[in-house]
Formats: sequence, C-alpha cells, structure tokens
Amino acid sequence: MLVEILISVSLVISGIFGLVGSFGMIKLPDPMMRLHAPTKATTLGVGGALIASMLYFYFVVGQLSFHELMITLFLFLTAPITGHFIAKTHLHLNHKPSDLPPTGTERPWASYESDAERQRIEAAAEAGDTPR
Amino acid sequence: MIGYALFFAFSCFGLALLMNIYRIVQSPGPGDRILALDTMVVNAIALLALFGILKGTTIYFEVSMIIAMTGFISTVSYTRFLLRGDIIE
Repeated sequence: MLVEILISVSLVISGIFGLVGSFGMIKLPDPMMRLHAPTKATTLGVGGALIASMLYFYFVVGQLSFHELMITLFLFLTAPITGHFIAKTHLHLNHKPSDLPPTGTERPWASYESDAERQRIEAAAEAGDTPR
Repeated sequence: MIGYALFFAFSCFGLALLMNIYRIVQSPGPGDRILALDTMVVNAIALLALFGILKGTTIYFEVSMIIAMTGFISTVSYTRFLLRGDIIE
C-alpha cells in the first residue's frame, strides 16, 4: 500500500514537471529564458518517471533492473551539453560581440575568440611575456 | 491507484508533446526549434518508461536508451551545423 502511494506520487510529480517544462517552453518570452524550462523541469520529470518504473519493477513485479539508472545517468550527463550548445547557437545567431558586457580583461568572450587569436595569446603566455 | 496515476502521467506527457510540436511549427528561430526537438526526445523517453510500467515488461528500456543516444547525437550535430557550417571537421 505504501509502495503504491510512493509510485503514484512519483508518477504524478513526473507528469506535472514534464507538463510545466513544455509549457514554459511555449510561454516564456525570451529565448534564453525558454532554455530554462525544458533543460531543468523536463529532466526532473523524466527522472521521476524512471524512479517510478524502478520502484514498480522492484516491489510489484519483483525484479531489480538497473536500466533506469543508466538512462537517468545518460540524460543527466547529456542535458547540460545540449543546453550549452543551444545557448551558444542562439548567442552566435542573434547577438553581436559588441552587445555583450565587457569581460574585464584584454581577451574577448571565449566563444567569440578566433582560433588564430587564441593561439597567439596562449603562445605569448607560455613564453612568459604577458599575463593571461 | 497506480493505474490512475499512470494515466495522469500519460496525458501530461502527451500534452507536453503537443506543445513541443506547436513550438516546432511556430518557432521564432532555429535555436527554439532545436530545443523543442530535444525536449520531444526527453518526453518520448518518459512515455516509453510509462508504457513499460503499463505493459509490465522491461523490454522498452533498451528502446529508450537508443532513443536517448540518437536524440543527443542529433541535437549536437544540428547545433554544430548551425555554429560551424560543418559537423565533423
């Protein structure tokens, strides 16, 4: 009975979080804000569904399965990478480097620095001429 | 009680998929479209996990693992293509 309540609660929580994540994606006004909802809320939603499935197969069916943990680990590893890439794409497509706040150093933001410029600065730093 | 919670979660993730399709069709830019496709993959994984609970088999976990990998690779290659104009340099 307690296990049933636990499984049902995690299923309901996962459904609500999945819905909130996708609703935030169509509701929020700014592209960078829209990045927040799916990368956090939907990941939590799918985690809840996988926890419910793990509890169900252990307590009701009677077999322990680790596949859910593998899927959860994979999603938690890949969600930040995809979020980072989507934010970078948005930044490069819609913003100029002059729109961004100053970095406080001589170098520009790392995403906008050209390869030749980076190699030149790093070679100079290795030679010990200039501080980074 | 698990049955009712299961169908609640099914309807929530189904609605979420519909919202993702709306965002793919009615998108202000390519970044949002990639984000909607990525969210769609995650919602599909959740639906597959719920379907596994409904049917009582663990066969769907391999399917969701493969979908997770394919979704990650496709998101990364789409963003790489937009950023660099090339996927494998």
